[in-house]
Amino acid sequence: MNKLDVVGKREPMLDAWEKATGRARFTDDLAFPGMLYGKILRSPLAHAKILHLDLTGAEKVTGVKGAIGGEDIPKKKYGIVPMAKDEYALAIGKVRYVGDEVAAVVATSLDAAEEALSKIQVDYEELPAVFDPVEAMQPGAPVIHEEVHNNVSASIRKEFGNVEKAFGESDFLFEDTFETQAVNHCPLEPQAALAVVDPSGKVTLYASTQIPFFLRRNLATTLDIPESKVRVIKPKVGGGFGQKIDLYAKDFCAAFFAMKTKKPVKFVYEREEVFTSTRQRHPMHIQLKTGMRKDGTILAQQFKVIADGGAYNSTAPLMITLACYFIMLPYRLENLLFEGYHVYTNKPVGGAMRGHGIPQVRFAVEAQLDHVAEKMGIDPLDLRLKNAFQAGAPHPAKLRVQTCGFSDTLKTAAKGIGWEEKRGKLPFGRGVGLAGASFPSGVSNMSHISSGAMVKIERDGSITLLTGAADIGQGAETVISQIVAEELGVPLEDIRITAADTEITPLDPGTFGSGVTLRAGNAAKIASQEAREKLFEAVAEKMEVNVKELEARNRRIYVKGSPERGMSFKEAIKFYQYSDRPMPIIGRGSYQPPAKEPTTLLKEDGNFSPAYSFMTQAAEVEVDTKTGKVKVLKMVASHDCGKAINPMLVEGQLEGSVVGGMGQALYEEVITEKGRVLNPSFLDYGIPTAMEAPSITSVEVETNDPEGPFGAKESGEGTQLAPAPAIINAIYDAIGVRFKTLPVTPEKILQALDEKKKE
Amino acid sequence: MRGKEVVVKRIITLNVNGEEFEFLTEVHRTLLEVLREDLGLTGTKRGCDLGTCGACTVLIEGKPYLSCLTLAADVQGKKIVTIEGLAQDGEPHPLQKAFVQKGAIQCGFCTPGMILMAKAFLDENPNPSEEEVKQAISGNICRCTGYTKIVEAILSLTHK
Repeated sequence: MNKLDVVGKREPMLDAWEKATGRARFTDDLAFPGMLYGKILRSPLAHAKILHLDLTGAEKVTGVKGAIGGEDIPKKKYGIVPMAKDEYALAIGKVRYVGDEVAAVVATSLDAAEEALSKIQVDYEELPAVFDPVEAMQPGAPVIHEEVHNNVSASIRKEFGNVEKAFGESDFLFEDTFETQAVNHCPLEPQAALAVVDPSGKVTLYASTQIPFFLRRNLATTLDIPESKVRVIKPKVGGGFGQKIDLYAKDFCAAFFAMKTKKPVKFVYEREEVFTSTRQRHPMHIQLKTGMRKDGTILAQQFKVIADGGAYNSTAPLMITLACYFIMLPYRLENLLFEGYHVYTNKPVGGAMRGHGIPQVRFAVEAQLDHVAEKMGIDPLDLRLKNAFQAGAPHPAKLRVQTCGFSDTLKTAAKGIGWEEKRGKLPFGRGVGLAGASFPSGVSNMSHISSGAMVKIERDGSITLLTGAADIGQGAETVISQIVAEELGVPLEDIRITAADTEITPLDPGTFGSGVTLRAGNAAKIASQEAREKLFEAVAEKMEVNVKELEARNRRIYVKGSPERGMSFKEAIKFYQYSDRPMPIIGRGSYQPPAKEPTTLLKEDGNFSPAYSFMTQAAEVEVDTKTGKVKVLKMVASHDCGKAINPMLVEGQLEGSVVGGMGQALYEEVITEKGRVLNPSFLDYGIPTAMEAPSITSVEVETNDPEGPFGAKESGEGTQLAPAPAIINAIYDAIGVRFKTLPVTPEKILQALDEKKKE
Repeated sequence: MRGKEVVVKRIITLNVNGEEFEFLTEVHRTLLEVLREDLGLTGTKRGCDLGTCGACTVLIEGKPYLSCLTLAADVQGKKIVTIEGLAQDGEPHPLQKAFVQKGAIQCGFCTPGMILMAKAFLDENPNPSEEEVKQAISGNICRCTGYTKIVEAILSLTHK
C-alpha cells in the first residue's frame, strides 16, 4: 500500500474543540421560541389492564397545552426490527412493565407538565405478572402479549454438522450453566427529542438517535404521515452503545404534539427513565455442553439459551440470531446445536447493547474453555491457539472471513499481560486470564443496508462531504473525513462535513453492528474517487498525460513519482472550470456489502457481514480476600481492526469498551424486584468510575481487509465481548474459584472463599 | 410551586464568566436550570439531576460544585465559571487543549464537567499522582473513554 498522509494518523476528533469549550449542541441544548415541555406518565404496575384513563385534571393545569393517552395517537405499532414490531407510542389497553408509557402531556413549563402528570387518573386492573423467563415459558404463565401464548416472541434452533455424532466421538464432555445480568448502557446524555413543525406542516425531529433514517421511517408509519413530511436531524449525541438504536415514546410524542399544537415540543428523559424505560442488555440463562477431542480440538457445542427480553421485542430476533452465529467464531467449530429463546417478562426491555447478544454467550464459552483447558492439562492460551479460526477457512454458516488476526491477538495479548511469567505463578489473590471473540463489521439487515455519500470539491479547494453516518461520539465523522482527505490528497482541515440529516444527507442505516467505518467509509471513499476522477480528467487534458498517471497529495495533483510535474489543487479546479466542464464537481458513492447479501441469517445462512474483526482481552486482577473486592490491575486489549484509520480513536474505543466490560464483570446490574428497578441511579447501579479503571494497553493488529476502506474493520464494539470472561478467568487464577454468574460481586467472592475453606 | 399555586419569584443577580446577569426567576430553580435555560450556557450538562454524574460541574469561587444541586439564589455575588468561560482572552485553557489533543473526548457530554473538575483539582494540587487524579475525577462519570485518556490528559499538565 502507498504511503498514507491522513489515514492512520492520530487526529483529534473534528468536533473535539466544540466539545471542550461547551459549544457542542446536544438535543437538550436546543430551544425554540414558544417551546413546550413534555413529560410521560409511566405505569407503576408490572402488568395491568388500563380500565380508564382520565386526562381532564391534567388539562386543567395552567400552562398545559395537551394531554394524550394511547387511544389519542394513531394506533400503529413501531419497532426497530420490522417483523417484530410490538409497541405502541403509548400503551393501549394494558401496561406490561413498571415504566411502560401510559400518557403524555405538554405544557409551557416543565413544572406545569410535572404537575399535570400528577393529576392524571388511571384505573388499572392488576394482572398476574411474570418476572422469570423460564417461568414465563411454562404453560399457564401470564400472557404478556395476546398473540404470543408461551411468551416466546423469537426463537432459533439451528444445527450445523452433527452434534450428537460429534459428542459420541468426543473424549471429554463438559456441561455448565451460566447466568448473565441486566446491564444498562448508561449513555451520559439521557434520551431527548425536540420536534418543530414548519408552516408547510413538515415535522423536523432533533433526536438523540443512532439511526436517523430508521427513526424517520418509523415516525412516518407510526404517525400516519408521508416520509417526505418528516425530517430527522441528529445533533451531537452523548453516547449510545446501542440504547439509541431504538425508538421511544419521546420521539413519537414530541412529533405528535408538535403537529397538534404547531409549537416546538421537547421531551427529555430523566436518568431514572433511562434506567427503567429504555433498553438494557438481555440477561441470559445459558446451558452449554462442549465435546473435546483429547488433542484439544473443540468438536462440538450445544447451547440452550433463554434470554429475558422484558416486556417488548426491540431487536429480539436479531439478538438471538447473533448469539447463535457468533459461537462459530473466533474458533473453528464444525458441530453446533443452538437453541435460543427470547422470552417476554414484565420487566424492563432488552435491546441491542455493545456486542448485541454475543457477550453473554461469549462469556459462557470463554469461561468454560478455561475450565476445559485445566481439566485436560492444556494451557488455556494454547487451547485457544489450537482452535483459532484462520482467514479463508470454510465456515459452517458460510461466513466469509477474508482476514483474521485472531491468533496474533491471542499472542500479543498474552505477551502484554505477561502470561508465561504470571499464569499460575502469582501469589494467592493475584491472577491473569484471557478470552477471545469476534464481531461483524456491519450487519446486513432487512433494509437500509446501503450507505451513501456525496463529496463536492468547492471552488476554493475545500471539500464538502455529506454522509448519513450517525456519529454518537465514537468519531465516525472524523474517520470518514480522514478517508476523504486521503483520497483527495488534502489535509483533514479542508474537509467540511454535514452528517445525519435525513433531508440533506444520503441514506445510511445508522450506527449499529459496527458497520459505520466500513460501510459509510467505503461510500465516502467511492464518492471521493469519483470527484477526483473528474478533476483528474481536466488536469490530464491540460498536462497531456493519462489520467491513470496522476495522483493527488499535499493539495497538489501531479504525475505519480514526479511532484514537480503537476499543479496545485486550486489550479486544477480553475482548469476544470475554464475547460467548461460542468460545475459543481461532485462525486457520489454508495456502498453495499458484496456477494449474495443481504442475508438476514434469520431465515438462511450466508455471509452476514463484509468483514469480521477479532480480539483478545487479557486481564490481571487482585482479589482482596478480606473484603471480596476485585481490583483489575491491568487489561490488554488486542484487536484486529483491519487497519486503524485513526489509531487514537481506535484506542479510545478499546479503552472505553474494556472498562464497560469490566463493569459488567464486577459491578453493574439493573436489579429488579417484582419488576420494579431498585437501583435506577448511577450511585446505586455500579457504573465504573476512574477509581476502578485499570491500566489499559491497546494493541492494534492490522490485517488490511480487502473489503474495508484502506483495510479497516470494526473496533470498539467487539472489544466488549471478552473483558468479562478474561476477568473471570483471571479471578480463577487468583483464588481458584470459577464464577458462572455475573457480576462477580464482593459478596459472591467472600461466599465462595468461605465455601472453599470448608472443602 | 407549580401550576396555580403561589410561585415565588425573585430578582437574582449572578456573576457568570465575569459578566453580571440580572433576571427574575422562581427561587427553587437550580443553578443548572438557570445557566442552561435563562443564560443559554448549555455547555453545562444535565446527566442525572441527582448529583451522581458530575456532568453539571461548575466552578464557584474556584471550587467545583454540582450545579444541579445548587440553588441559583444561593450563589448570588459569587464568581461562577462555566466551561464557556474557561478560555482566557480567546486562548483555550491548557486542559481544554490537552483533552482535545490526547483524545480524552469522545461523545463530549461529560467533558465540560470533567475539565472543570480537573481545573479545580490541579489548582489545588499541581503535582498529583495518577491515583490522586483518578480520585479527584471519581465523581465525574464517563461511559465512552474508560477514563484512560482523560487521566493522561490531566497528568500531561502536571509538573512532573
